Amino acid sequence: MHAPAERARRVTIDPGGPLVVEGPVEVALDDGSVERSERPTVAVCTCRRSRRYPWCDTSHRRRSRPPGPAADKDGGGGA
Amino acid sequence: MTARSGLPKPRGPLSQALVGALRHAQDMPPDALSRAASADPYGDDLQLALNILYELHYQGFDGVGDEHEWDPDLLRLRAALEATFLDALRGDVAQSFPASRVDEALSDLLVEPARDDGTSLSHHLAREGTLGQLREHAALRSIYHLKEADPHAWVIPRLRGRAKAGMVAVEYDEYGAGHADQLHQQLFADLMTDLGLDTSYNHYLDAASAEMLAVVNLMSLLGLHRALRGALVGQFATVEVTSSPGSRRLADAMRRTGAGPAAIRFHDEHVEADAVHEQLMRHEVVGGLLAEEPDLEKDVLFGIGATVLLEDRFSAALLAAWREGRSALREPL
Ligand code: FES
Ligand SMILES: [Fe+2]
Ligand SMILES: [Fe+2]
Repeated sequence: MHAPAERARRVTIDPGGPLVVEGPVEVALDDGSVERSERPTVAVCTCRRSRRYPWCDTSHRRRSRPPGPAADKDGGGGA
Repeated sequence: MTARSGLPKPRGPLSQALVGALRHAQDMPPDALSRAASADPYGDDLQLALNILYELHYQGFDGVGDEHEWDPDLLRLRAALEATFLDALRGDVAQSFPASRVDEALSDLLVEPARDDGTSLSHHLAREGTLGQLREHAALRSIYHLKEADPHAWVIPRLRGRAKAGMVAVEYDEYGAGHADQLHQQLFADLMTDLGLDTSYNHYLDAASAEMLAVVNLMSLLGLHRALRGALVGQFATVEVTSSPGSRRLADAMRRTGAGPAAIRFHDEHVEADAVHEQLMRHEVVGGLLAEEPDLEKDVLFGIGATVLLEDRFSAALLAAWREGRSALREPL
C-alpha cells in the first residue's frame, strides 16, 4: 500500500482582507520574532492595521461616512 | 455550568398552561392553540412559552421528564407559536430589510460605521458602560452563550459538501477544537465568574427580557426546521460577520472597568475567532450552500434580516432601560 500523497495546504485570499490558511501557523515577523496560532483555520492579516497583528481582527474593513446603511450591527459581541 | 435550573415563572396564559403541563402533567387547555395564534408575537408570554418548548431539545429543566421532548400535544402548541412568530418576522423583515441579494446584504454588514449614531449597544458599553451594565448584559446574553453554537449544530445534517465542511469547521472552533476548557460556552461561564454572576445553566431565564428570548428563539426555530436551513445559515453568517468589531468594543469595556482576565479573554477570543468564522461563513457556508441550492437565496436573506431586526430590538430595549435609569432585567441582579 502506498501512503496517500500529502495534500497541499490551500491558502485563500480575501480581496482587501486576510490570507486564510489551515492552522497551526507560524508567522515570522520583521523583527525576527515568530508568532504562532493553534487555530484549525487562521486568518493572517495583510493590511497591517490589525491590533492583534499578525492575526486579522477585521480592521481592514471599509468605514462608512456616518451613518452608513449598515449603521452599527453589534453582533452581540461574540458568536 | 453544571447544574440545570427548574422551570421559569409563567408570564401569561400560554406559559402558565405550559408550565402546568410540564410540572403537573396537566392537559393543555382547549383554547391554547387559538391563544397561540392571537398572542403578541414578540411578547413575554409567547417568547417564554417557545423558549421552554425549545429547551426540551437542549438541556431541559430540572424536574421535567425527557419524554416531553416529543409529546405530540406540546409539538402542536410549538407549531402554533412558531407560526405566529414566523409570520410577524416575515412581515417585519419585508418592511425593514428590502435587500434582494445575499452578497450585497453581507457586504453592507462588512462596512463599519465611522462613528456611533447612538443606537449601538457595544459603542455605548465601550465608551461609558458601567460594570453594572456589563453584568446585566452578560446575564441576559447567558441565555444564549451558555449554549453557544448549539442551535447551529442542528443544521449540519441538512447541509452537504462545502457548506457542511465549512459549518463543521466553525462549530469545531466554537466547541474548543477538542478542548473542553476552551469551549466558547465555558469561556462565557468564566466571564460570568469574573463578573460575579451565577454560571448555572438558564439561571437568568426569569430575568431575561422578551427581546433576549426572541434572539435565542430565532436560532432554535431556524435550526430545528430543515425547511429553514437557508435562514439558519443567514442568521449565523450575520452574527459571525458582525461579531469581531463588537467584540473588540466589549473587550475594551471589560478592560476599562477592570472586569477581570476571563471577561476580557472571552471577547478577545471572539475578535480573533470570528475574523476567521466570517471568512468561512461567507465563502464556504453561504457560498457553498447557494452554489448547491441557489433557490435558497431568499431564505438566507430572511435569516439575515430577521437577525438584524431582533438584535436591533434587543439593543434598543437595553439602551432605553439604562437611559431611564432602570434595570434591563425583569429581576434586577
Ligand atoms: S487583514 Fe484583517 S485586519 Fe488586516
Ligand atoms: Fe464563539
Ligand atoms: Fe464564532
